[in-house]
Amino acid sequence: MIVESLRFRLQLWHGALLVLVLVGFAFTAYRAASADQTRRISEELDARMEDFFRPPFPVGEPPPPPEARGPAFAGPMPFGGRAWMDRLRTRVEELSSQTAGYYYVVYQEDGTILAKTQNTPAELPSRMAAPSPPTRPSRGFRGPRPPGQPITRAYARYRDVYRDLPGGEAVAVGRSIDADEAALRRLMLSFAFAGAGLLLFGLAGGWWLTSRAMRPIDVISETATKIAAGDLSQRIPSANSASELDQLVQVLNSTFDRLQSSFDRQSRFTSDASHELRTPISVMLSQIQLTLSRERTPSEYRDALHACQRAVQRMRRLTESLLVLARMDAGEEPLQRQRFDLTELVRDCVELSRPMAWENDVEFLCDLPHVEAVGDEDRLAQVILNLASNAIHFNTRGGKVRISVTRSDNSAQIKVSDTGPGIAGQDLPHIFERFYRADKSRSKSHGSSGLGLSICQSIVAAHGGSIDVHTVAGEGTTFVVTLPDAPDAPSLKPVCVA
Amino acid sequence: MRILVVEDEPDLLSGLLQALREDGYAADGAADGEEGLFKAEAFDYDAIILDYMLPKMDGVHLLAGLRRTKRTPVLMLTARDAVKDRVCALDTGADDYLVKPFDLEELFARLRALIRRSAQQSQARLEVKDVVVDIASRTVQRAGETVALTAREYALVEYLAMHSGKLVTRSTLYEHLFDENESTLSNLLDVHVSNIRRKLGHDFITTRRGHGYFIDNGSGEPPL
Repeated sequence: MIVESLRFRLQLWHGALLVLVLVGFAFTAYRAASADQTRRISEELDARMEDFFRPPFPVGEPPPPPEARGPAFAGPMPFGGRAWMDRLRTRVEELSSQTAGYYYVVYQEDGTILAKTQNTPAELPSRMAAPSPPTRPSRGFRGPRPPGQPITRAYARYRDVYRDLPGGEAVAVGRSIDADEAALRRLMLSFAFAGAGLLLFGLAGGWWLTSRAMRPIDVISETATKIAAGDLSQRIPSANSASELDQLVQVLNSTFDRLQSSFDRQSRFTSDASHELRTPISVMLSQIQLTLSRERTPSEYRDALHACQRAVQRMRRLTESLLVLARMDAGEEPLQRQRFDLTELVRDCVELSRPMAWENDVEFLCDLPHVEAVGDEDRLAQVILNLASNAIHFNTRGGKVRISVTRSDNSAQIKVSDTGPGIAGQDLPHIFERFYRADKSRSKSHGSSGLGLSICQSIVAAHGGSIDVHTVAGEGTTFVVTLPDAPDAPSLKPVCVA
Repeated sequence: MRILVVEDEPDLLSGLLQALREDGYAADGAADGEEGLFKAEAFDYDAIILDYMLPKMDGVHLLAGLRRTKRTPVLMLTARDAVKDRVCALDTGADDYLVKPFDLEELFARLRALIRRSAQQSQARLEVKDVVVDIASRTVQRAGETVALTAREYALVEYLAMHSGKLVTRSTLYEHLFDENESTLSNLLDVHVSNIRRKLGHDFITTRRGHGYFIDNGSGEPPL
């Protein structure tokens, strides 16, 4: 599902965050612009209000003597009275012609309008209630009220500044704010367009970034799919950097490496095992087909059966060895670990091997002081018999096999040496590998499966011990098995010394 | 037909040799690569059955050594069935390849095909006058009727028929019809030839005195 894909969800989060940021920014900017506009209008109206009282307008001066009044009177005038009213009215008329866009209104004390300019809006609010008198009301005092502080009024699409006059009247200066609101709207619109553009740009950038970030993951999953489909040779390309994904890639690659090598080992083992089974099966098949092709004498039947028996014995040895290895690998059948007489065990094994030694004209030389060891007696007998058998078969005629046991502080050693030709340098690293044979003909002659040393190594490793090999060309080979007493000693790798 | 079997597994070697001899082939065995190469170079075998893995010298090296001097057809037998092993064997000069375990019948059929091809005969039936030699079923018919021949007689007829029109010397016949263990009496061949003449007609085999025998396939007398 696309909705569930990581990329889609990242994109969703990305987009939501972007919208939030853009809306927040636009809101703040609008608020700032709007506040700035209100302040500007107030200042403007204040200035207009001051214009109203600018000379020749008389404020707060005593009225001149009547004789001094003339038609061209422009001087100070007392508050109140008709003349004052006229003056106010005249001033409004004067300003009416001078100022476009602003309206002036003079309220009388009773709230009616004394004078107003032509452009005064019909929605003009009525006069504001007179401010409450100062703290101590002065009875009978009918003096000029102190000029009020300018008050900003907003109504309909207008705004004005209202001010009480000392004589009881009040003046308001205002104007329409249509243009300002239109400007704000334009600002809003440009914010919306710019925001939409930014959002698109941000989403596209986010998609690109997400794709870029997801590409290694795509590569990983693609490679993993191929590997899952069976192609174990695939590896995820790595940039060898310290990035988190690259570290994951390296971990995955090393996992694949180990998987492949274990898989290869397993498949090689299986193919080797089936290959080993093929030769005895061919013997049986050809013997049986040949014998059945016509009537035979009893002795011919007997010969054929003997040949089949030899082939079956060989398969039995092979399958038993394979079974031992499989069980050791699987860790089934735990070792019966106990203290036992190693000398006795080695002596028994030598006795068992003696007929084979006579057959091959090889002599046993034993050095067996009393030594005890800890381990599984039956399994270790298998190891000793195997090493002895190897020492007999890979020996020269008239050669010798030396077997000795020794004891050190916390381990017992079994040493098996032959006087054979030694192991060739190119074979030495492989002798513990399953089915490895240095010389095919000799192995076949004594029915070896090529698994003996692998089994020895598995058994000794299960005991926490090690098998060391020393070989000298032309002089012989020595195998040293070390068995630690401590059951949990770490397993040691075999050491090969040419 | 004389076959060499190079195989280190004694029971398999003896079984193959016996089966070949019972089928009328002369068969020699070799238990390792060096002996196999020596014999393959010393005698003119009609085919060699060669194991891949051999002591002393493996099958591929034997084959490479043999191909320097001879073109004897070689059928490789092996327990290894990996593609690269097969390719390697065929590239070195093996003519055919059979994976163990195999059926004797199939082995012999492939062997017959190899021998037939090397004698430049593509048919499994050879016709000479009124005699038909069926290589596949190893029978001989004369005028539509099957003639009972001993294995050795059949081998002689088959060899001459495969090389019909060519002069085959007595020593060649001895080399191809008797294996190394048989003490070949000098008149044994004459006995077989006279028996065959009795069964297939006197003029089936022509004697060139002092040189050998040939079967006239209508192309006239072969040169010496």
